Amino acid sequence: MRIHLKIKRYHPEWDREPQLKDYYLDIRSDLTVLETLIQLKEEEEGGLALRYSCRSAICGSCTMRINGSEKLACQTSVREEYERFEALKIEPLSNAPVIKDLVVDQAPFWGKLGEVSPWLHSEILKETPADQAGFPKEAFNEFHNVDACIMCGACASACNSLEVSSGFMGPAALAKAYRFVADPREAGQEKKKRLRALVEPNGIWDCVRCNFCVEVCPKDVKPMEAIIRLRREALKAGLGDSPAGRHITAFVNIVKKEGRLNEGLQPLKMLWKSPEKLLQVFPLALKMWVRGKLPFIWHWPIKGIRSIRKIFKVRGF
Amino acid sequence: MKYAFYTGCAAKGATPELYVSTRLVTQKLEMELVELKSAACCGAGVITEADPELAIALNARTFALAEAEGLDLMTICGTCQGVMAQINKQLKEDSELLKRINVYLEKEGLHYKGTVKVKHFLWILLDDIGVDRLKTYVTHPLRNLKIAPFYGCYILRPSSALGYDDPNQPTSLETVIEALGGEAVDYEGRNKCCGFPVILENPDIGLAMSGKRLEEAKTARADVMVTPCPLCHMNLDLQQERVEKHIGKPFEMPVLHLPQLAGLAMGFSPVDMQMMRHFVPVASLISKLQT
Ligand code: SF4
Ligand code: SF4
Ligand code: FES
Repeated sequence: MRIHLKIKRYHPEWDREPQLKDYYLDIRSDLTVLETLIQLKEEEEGGLALRYSCRSAICGSCTMRINGSEKLACQTSVREEYERFEALKIEPLSNAPVIKDLVVDQAPFWGKLGEVSPWLHSEILKETPADQAGFPKEAFNEFHNVDACIMCGACASACNSLEVSSGFMGPAALAKAYRFVADPREAGQEKKKRLRALVEPNGIWDCVRCNFCVEVCPKDVKPMEAIIRLRREALKAGLGDSPAGRHITAFVNIVKKEGRLNEGLQPLKMLWKSPEKLLQVFPLALKMWVRGKLPFIWHWPIKGIRSIRKIFKVRGF
Repeated sequence: MKYAFYTGCAAKGATPELYVSTRLVTQKLEMELVELKSAACCGAGVITEADPELAIALNARTFALAEAEGLDLMTICGTCQGVMAQINKQLKEDSELLKRINVYLEKEGLHYKGTVKVKHFLWILLDDIGVDRLKTYVTHPLRNLKIAPFYGCYILRPSSALGYDDPNQPTSLETVIEALGGEAVDYEGRNKCCGFPVILENPDIGLAMSGKRLEEAKTARADVMVTPCPLCHMNLDLQQERVEKHIGKPFEMPVLHLPQLAGLAMGFSPVDMQMMRHFVPVASLISKLQT
């Protein structure tokens, strides 16, 4: 089949800005995007820079944006992309500086993974070798597939929070942190120490739960789910005394009382310990009130509240 | 066409104009709505953070209420849609879970069999009413309007549970906009996050994100943005002045709820659609509509 490729080219030393360039190529219709790019390199455009190694969705090095979405090039069929989008647009990963063409600098990504110290901290390991430290099989389920991560960086490229806040630890590193928080060999103080670091700025509370990381991950790691689990663990460990932590506890409380969220009460409950933040939203609240958009901070509960409260109660709230 | 109507919290709280415009527009479209007044908050993904089983039980209760009416559920909030679609899928696929959750509902005499479909108003417009019929209601086509569709996250992702649009190249809002006679503009962030979920605890991120979306729409020369999610509406409209200060750029970008946009095309006035409740002035928009 004859295909039309649009590839984002960029050589930082020569080009003022990246440019989408057109290429036309005759290929076998069963090729992957990676094979196609290699053919293009061999036949026409030897200068095209890209990264790859295993060619079988294991090493995680060939991740790029294909038709707007982060994918492993070695696992993506050209024909399927064409059938779906009638095009093949190829760009480097986002949220990372481009070194050349499709190659980005992954140092910040690796740095963040390093920051969560992805190894066991447990004291017992000093005496007992890791493989004998008593690892119950069921505990493996708790890792929630985080172990399947191949560190391809797709999630970090798609992350909406990272896009506006480059300090955010990001989905892959937080998912990795969860793997160790969930590891029963690391209990008590070690676990708490990890969680304490994760509730700091740039940690678990900076995720907007946009689901982008879940959507793009080629290994179904679901990093956002791991972040949600970390938040739950943090609350359980008594680390929820912050506006972000109270976002959850206040929400649950209000719905238990009224059956429905009360947008007048929620900010008060979240921010009463942070007067400067409360002051920031005060003018807004006033304006909302004038326009009939601010629910009274005390509400009649909705119909059916008794049954709703019973469900909360059975669940221990 | 009859639906169990799940309003969600925002339409009954901080975005009352969404409720009013939905009522008027669905009436005109000859849809019959049975409002589920005793249904609890869907949890917005926040209750899930505290206790997933609690969130599942609350939503199963809502589904059981709709099932008892023999109706599918209509949502008008992208976030409710996302949360409910995911939980409904879990319940339909896992009979053990369904059984366990039904125990919570028994005391109230409710039982969920797993037959209810949860559909956003946007999808109902396209699938149940259909573009051709929708066009017959358009008396005031939005001819001079460049409209930036803003989807938000939850109505698109995870696509394994939502499955209506392609999350990277969605088309449903564009199709509706064109059926209403408007011009849909294409821009980078139409399927991304508005920043609402962290706006109170982490305004730097929440405002920057909203600012990016507004800037992208503005660069695409949009006159107005439209969204199927009231929470996106809050971060784009209520917070817009703060966003402008935060990033030092004016936008003056009116933001409409989907039913408001449909209502304008069907001949309702901006006052009928309660657009005076918005924070960003809509005068420029109204004058464009009249030319
Ligand atoms: S979590 Fe998934 S997308 Fe992110 S680095 Fe790991 S494998 Fe890649
Ligand atoms: S869900 Fe959170 S971690 Fe995942 S992409 Fe969105 S903001 Fe990033
Ligand atoms: S080349 Fe190794 S994952 Fe694609």
